[in-house]
Amino acid sequence: MSTTSPLRPRRSPLLTGLMILYLAYTLIPLLWLFLSATKTQGDLLSSPGLWFGHRFALFANIRDTLTYNDGIFLRWLGNTLLYVVVGAGGATLLATAAGYGLAKYKFKGRRAVFAVLLGAVAVPGTALAVPTFLMFSHLGLTNTVWAIIIPSLVSPFGLYLMWVYASDAIPHDLLEAARIDGAGEVRIFFTVALRLLAPGIVTVLLFAVVSTWNNYFLPLIMLSKPNLYPLTVGLTQWSNQATGVGARPIYNLVITGSLLTIVPLVVAFLLLQRFWQSGLTAGSVKQ
Amino acid sequence: MKTSHRHGLRRLVAVGAAVTAASVLLAACGGSDKTATSSGQAQGSPDAVNAALEKGGTITYWSWTPSAEAQVKAFEQAYPNVKVNYVNAGTGNDQYTKLQNVIKAGSGAPDVAQIEYQALPQFALPGSLVDLRQYGFDSFQSAYTPSTWTAVHAGDGLFGLPQDSGPMALFYNKEVFDKYGLTVPKTWDEYVAQAKKLHTADPKKYLTNDTGDAGFATSMIWQAGGKPFSTSGKNVTINLQDAGTQKWTGVWNQLVTGGLLANIPGWSDEWFKALGDGTIASLSVGAWMPGVLESSVKGGAGKWRVAPLPSYDGQPATAENGGSTESVLKQSANPALAAGFVRWLNHDGGVKPFLASGGFPSTTADLADPAFLDKKSTYFGGQQINQVLTSAAGSVVKDWSYLPFQLYANSIFGDTVGKSYQAKTDLDAGLKAWQDALVSYGNQQGFQVNG
Repeated sequence: MSTTSPLRPRRSPLLTGLMILYLAYTLIPLLWLFLSATKTQGDLLSSPGLWFGHRFALFANIRDTLTYNDGIFLRWLGNTLLYVVVGAGGATLLATAAGYGLAKYKFKGRRAVFAVLLGAVAVPGTALAVPTFLMFSHLGLTNTVWAIIIPSLVSPFGLYLMWVYASDAIPHDLLEAARIDGAGEVRIFFTVALRLLAPGIVTVLLFAVVSTWNNYFLPLIMLSKPNLYPLTVGLTQWSNQATGVGARPIYNLVITGSLLTIVPLVVAFLLLQRFWQSGLTAGSVKQ
Repeated sequence: MKTSHRHGLRRLVAVGAAVTAASVLLAACGGSDKTATSSGQAQGSPDAVNAALEKGGTITYWSWTPSAEAQVKAFEQAYPNVKVNYVNAGTGNDQYTKLQNVIKAGSGAPDVAQIEYQALPQFALPGSLVDLRQYGFDSFQSAYTPSTWTAVHAGDGLFGLPQDSGPMALFYNKEVFDKYGLTVPKTWDEYVAQAKKLHTADPKKYLTNDTGDAGFATSMIWQAGGKPFSTSGKNVTINLQDAGTQKWTGVWNQLVTGGLLANIPGWSDEWFKALGDGTIASLSVGAWMPGVLESSVKGGAGKWRVAPLPSYDGQPATAENGGSTESVLKQSANPALAAGFVRWLNHDGGVKPFLASGGFPSTTADLADPAFLDKKSTYFGGQQINQVLTSAAGSVVKDWSYLPFQLYANSIFGDTVGKSYQAKTDLDAGLKAWQDALVSYGNQQGFQVNG
């Protein structure tokens, strides 16, 4: 860009303007969500979208959201947490171990694994939901937490990322040195490799957490018991109450519930963002 | 260069092989569905139902009706040996998706499920539901309005008992009508004239909204005397250009091309808002609407009124819009008990709790009940709305039927007819596109479709 100092580019008013526009574009939906969550069902339908209603009902809404239908929202929140901790946590663990193994050990069939892996990355999970349902149904696993957890454990993209990251982040010489010092392979993995892989692990974990937290189609298909629903499916069910014969719209609770649903994700991002940024560029530069 | 090229090619082949293997796997999974127990069905009898209710057992019930929980409680009190697992598996399409999946999987279906009239053929004709004639339920015919009784049949079979009905009427905001000097239309020509008058007087106000809704469009074609869909075994005929359909588009095209319809999708929060503040001044909708208005459009209290649906010649004629039945699934391990639950729900003790939640009855006895008929509604300014709505129930045009793949049809309505709505052009072109898509889909699904 600049001819004098490539490391400190000049400020561009155009780019700054674009960034401000983009910031507004990203923040306005969040602002709308917050403002709407402060309104009663009546105000929601009779006051402007981007300002407060006649009454500040945020706390009443939160209370109603948490107690509606005998507090089913808390149950859904607990379910989502379970699916995220076990599903996304397990997926990260598996992806890390497998990625490390594929990157650091030479064995027959590695290419085949790579090919299958690329194929699996290319197939969107949504396309597999119905076949998975039929398979799980034969196994008698639908309508159980396993129907959500087991498919979440598989993260081809996470595995791919860990593979690439492990190839670059762990020098072969280091492993050699550890072996010469008499460390076993398991010990090398847990004491040496895991530490070097930390930024990659956080990245994969964040990807897995986000995708499990937002998982909608799979639980929609797998579960027909409302007390197993994650938040995504539960909130949709609330939203759909507003339709047709016997409609009971509770948009204020749907919106407050959505706000509560994104809070943990926002917190996770703020806490882990520096890892996330360093992990995003993993493998993009060859050293 | 050369080696890396070969390298890449080899990798590509390997990936291709992997993907092919995956899709073969998929096909294998998809193809292994069981359609067992479609023919060899045990014969039941009315006595079997009573015996099953006495003996007891456990059944699962899927429904999104607001009164379902209260109904299940009352039922378990009446039949203490029976336990009902009530599950709200989603509203409308969400539940149907699940139902279709568990039917395909061969297990996991509920014993009893709520199914809308428009979706019934789709589940009944492939043999997923139990024909209730074996339990003598065909003797209940006189208890229901003719239109709902027809709606629970598919072919010759009886696949449920009507839960509610939705004969259409014209709901209008009297305050807006008075302010702009509108008259309550008796014919659709008058209706179009009022739409023009209102929108000219205040460009922010519309007589009604319609952004292209399959349920509404089919009901309007029904009222106009159209019979675009007919099914006989595997033979389906689709004609969305028959005389009745054209009668409807003749009127509705004037509203669409004239920009006289509010561009607000039904059931959105904007729609609820518009019903309260007078932006939408009238609705042609099923008789179950008062309950929705009372509970969710508080701003409209005292302003709304009901009139018979306008017709083409001023004579009373209407159609059903919405409404559901409860059906027994073939997968049920105890169909006699499930049938007993359905009988109680929609024929015996379940009717009162349903009506208490604001539902509109399909049972002739409740429709004729003076306490129901003469009730004055404060929301409707003291009007005896049930007199208008019950007389609508008696003037539903006969012999309508939905497609055996109506849910799919509704799902692509927006991509075809919806385009005409958005472009404000001739609906007939959109209906034609809809018909073409339906014909090719039906043929793919193994029907013989003429259209």
